Amino acid sequence: MSNSRSDTEAPDAPEGLQGPEASETVKDPMREGSKKREGSKKQAGVDRSTDPLRPSDHIDGDGDARGDGVDSPKLNVVGWLRWGWRQLTSMRTALVLLLILAIAAIPGSIFPQRMADPNGVTQWKADHPDLFPILDGMQLFDVYLSAWFSAIYLLLFLSLVGCVIPRIKHHLKALRSRPPRTPVRLGRLDDHREATRTVAGSDPRAAAEQSIAIAEKQLRALRYRVQRYDDKRGFSVSAERGYARETGNLLFHLALLGVLVSVGVGGSFAYTGQRVVVQGTSFVNTLLDYSSMNRGRFVSDDALAPYRMTLDSFDVTYQPFEPGKSSSGQAGDFAANVTVSEPGQKEHKAAVQVNHPLGIAGDRVYLLGNGYAPTITVHNAKGDVVFHDSVPFLPQNNSTMMSIGIVKVADGLPEQLGLQGFFYPTSAKLATGALTSVYPDLINPTLTLNVFAGDLGIDDGTPRSVYVLDTGSMTQLTGGKTGTKSIELAPGETTALPNGMGTITFDNEAPKDAKDYSQSVKRYVSLQIHHDPSEQWVLIFAVVALLGLVLALFVPRRRMWVKATVVDGAVHLEYAGLARGEDPTLAAAVEDLRDGHGRLLDADGATVAVPEADTAPETDRDAGKVPDTAAVPETATPTNQSPMTADASTRSATDSGK
Amino acid sequence: MNFDSLSILTIWTAVAIYAAAFIAYAFDLAKRSQVAADAKAVVPERELVGAAVGASASSAGRATGSGAAGKTSSAPQRFVMARIGTALATLGFLFHLAGTVLRGVAAGRVPWSNMYEFSMTGTLLIIAVYIGVNIWFDLKYLGTFIVGLVVVLLGGAATGFYVEVVPLADPLKSVWLVIHVFVASLGTAFFALAFALSVFQLMQARREAKVLAEAPKAGPRFLATLPSSERLEGLAYRFATVGFIFWTFTLIAGSIWANDAWGRYWGFDTKETWTFIIWVLYAGYIHARATRGWRGSRSAWLSIVGFAAVLFNFTIVNLFFKGLHVYSGLS
Ligand code: HEM
Repeated sequence: MSNSRSDTEAPDAPEGLQGPEASETVKDPMREGSKKREGSKKQAGVDRSTDPLRPSDHIDGDGDARGDGVDSPKLNVVGWLRWGWRQLTSMRTALVLLLILAIAAIPGSIFPQRMADPNGVTQWKADHPDLFPILDGMQLFDVYLSAWFSAIYLLLFLSLVGCVIPRIKHHLKALRSRPPRTPVRLGRLDDHREATRTVAGSDPRAAAEQSIAIAEKQLRALRYRVQRYDDKRGFSVSAERGYARETGNLLFHLALLGVLVSVGVGGSFAYTGQRVVVQGTSFVNTLLDYSSMNRGRFVSDDALAPYRMTLDSFDVTYQPFEPGKSSSGQAGDFAANVTVSEPGQKEHKAAVQVNHPLGIAGDRVYLLGNGYAPTITVHNAKGDVVFHDSVPFLPQNNSTMMSIGIVKVADGLPEQLGLQGFFYPTSAKLATGALTSVYPDLINPTLTLNVFAGDLGIDDGTPRSVYVLDTGSMTQLTGGKTGTKSIELAPGETTALPNGMGTITFDNEAPKDAKDYSQSVKRYVSLQIHHDPSEQWVLIFAVVALLGLVLALFVPRRRMWVKATVVDGAVHLEYAGLARGEDPTLAAAVEDLRDGHGRLLDADGATVAVPEADTAPETDRDAGKVPDTAAVPETATPTNQSPMTADASTRSATDSGK
Repeated sequence: MNFDSLSILTIWTAVAIYAAAFIAYAFDLAKRSQVAADAKAVVPERELVGAAVGASASSAGRATGSGAAGKTSSAPQRFVMARIGTALATLGFLFHLAGTVLRGVAAGRVPWSNMYEFSMTGTLLIIAVYIGVNIWFDLKYLGTFIVGLVVVLLGGAATGFYVEVVPLADPLKSVWLVIHVFVASLGTAFFALAFALSVFQLMQARREAKVLAEAPKAGPRFLATLPSSERLEGLAYRFATVGFIFWTFTLIAGSIWANDAWGRYWGFDTKETWTFIIWVLYAGYIHARATRGWRGSRSAWLSIVGFAAVLFNFTIVNLFFKGLHVYSGLS
């Protein structure tokens, strides 16, 4: 049973009643005065040399005042530094920093973050122009890169390093040390069992020694590290197991450090670029060919592997048109079919799919998005082609693929021309007469264009997005309030531009013999090319952390002792266990140890078990010494029938220690 | 009648049976109060003794129960209503399981890919873990709590989150959907048990303190039939650690999936952020249990806050926060 003895402790029994142990040289754990009463929850005075090292404010820590904040440091620099370091590496600091970290991460989920959602930030700025600068000043739109967030996790990891390094040193020593000396009075431990066996032969001392030898083997088989401690009064084996608990804990914490360092260092060697590729065109992996590129500090200009990728076709399936059903028009099974050519290798075909990035030369190519790229041709009044291109249009709505795009005709016409296009893959007229798209596939494609003439603003070298038309110094010629209807085209149709400037054609890209519009407009994909050599390290450390965690939480660290003494010509056996850290199954383990040992001894035959009732006087003798233990005659009563738990069925089941 | 409507029917049947189980468990708590009161009437002074032992046991590390009832009434208490509650919960579980499987059959895939389905599978796992754990530990006193939670979540989901079966969005077509979401739900189930135990632990700790101070009223009487706060804490801790390991796995599996689907393993997407926050909170809880001055009630609060964050992540974040995890299936 596990009810406490140390708390309801009676004054030490008179010397005379303490039996032979009173003369023992090893310090009696129970005679250290009041300290043991609250002290650490386990038995004070038990050898702790192989215990894992813990910060002093750990629940099992040494509990002196250091680190508790109550001691004042020596008033010199070294004293202060030492004090500060101890504060930083205390359990409490780690805990508080963890909680602060959790809280500090919250705003990043409330405010849009530049790294995850730059458009959201722009939107937020537009919605709250007054508040934006203040919050931005507080780095609330870059929470995870902010000075304050970084400070928190760096402090936490500094604390972690400071905490873990001494523990590693200590643990390496503990791994090589022997289990500690058997405590003098095992009966003082929470989990304690006894047994008495009569001796078959004539030499009880030899039988006692033999029984301990058997226990030693048994414990070894249970993967305990064992050490014999025999003396003139008896024999004992001291055993310890579960070093992997601390190993796991240290691995876990170190692996977290590994994850952090991998992420931090890895970023410098990583690059991520985006590129739009229209069907039939190619992309070459060079810096020049990217529309946007983020690269780490140590990625040089020529670090990119030179390969070429051509988009042959793009597959997508749409759920059938069923008004009112939420899956109507839902797109899926995206696949960008590409031809890859790498220097020195044969061209090969491959596909980039969602969830299945394509690996090329250490890069991973992802399919981020797709859309339509209507092919538009503009002729001037003389009939020369002044513009001919497939222009990627940005989808505004995934379920209808209504898309917007910009065409800029810079040369060849009397004025620069900007065309604001709207593309409807399956167009339909609303009651108002306005066009809309009702389905994402190409069933009845329509392109409408508002024409602007004037200055595109691209001649002065200012970089302009291809998706934005700055109409500030342009005049609108069609659509909107101009009174002129905007241009409206189906694939293959041509119409005149305003003011006799020329003509515009919406080319039909379908093969000549096509019966419908399904191939009339080219598709494009937006690809992300990502290279991050640290990924695998992050994964390895994360997995190590997980494994370490499992060890740290589920391997019980415990000590076991078996002691044999000769009492009245019989062998008196004591079994005791002591948990180091969380160990809910200890009581059962001690019980199992005793039962297993009993069976081994029965098989050995040198001693014979005395029925349990006969051992009661032994317990009484013990109880006489320490009055408060009398309440629970441990060996005589099966666990779940002890008076403490017998009645409540809820507890008889729970407390059996399983 | 197709599989999905059959599934809806079985799910609602399960909700009804759970509601009945809840009532049985509520009667059980009332009965426990009565037992405790009777015991007190017989030997009022024992209460103090019992509590004193319970309280002192707590500093000994391994408590055995503080209930006065446990020591005073002579016949073992069987808590019949609790058994009926558990039998009903098990029956409800079978319907719930059937409903979930039917939904999976109707959809032709694992039944956890939108909020309606997450709720269905998540609560199924909560009940499964609760019933499973009861084989080893008698935790029937958590019945009202767990079954009540499930009635609310499952009933609420069936009412508010229902969506018809639609094909999966491309990013969801992955083995990681099967693994990542399932393990997350499993972790949640363990966190739920830990949460319920932590709540009882706090109540029990208050009661123990009051009994020790000889206060005239020591709070709900049924607590007297429950294990000591220390023992409740130990159990809560064990479930939380199991949950934490599953959660750690969820985090890793989610990152692997994100790396395939979104082109980066971590990007502080709102859902990722909250998963991380929850992970850190439970790491804090585990630390608190090992920190002097934090063990006991303070750490229990962290377990409660942790589970509140789990629920927040599942409901508010899914429904109202913008992010890449837009798989609630609701518009
Ligand atoms: C990055 C932040 C940290 C995280 C996420 C973290 C997480 C954890 C987890 C999950 C455990 C439970 C595993 C076990 O019991 O072995 C644990 C245990 C432990 N951690 Fe940390 N930890 C962090 C930082 C620290 C720091 C800075 C310290 C030192 C001050 C520390 C000291 C300990 C100790 C001593 C234990 C063992 C607790 C016990 O005996 O039960 N940890 N930590």
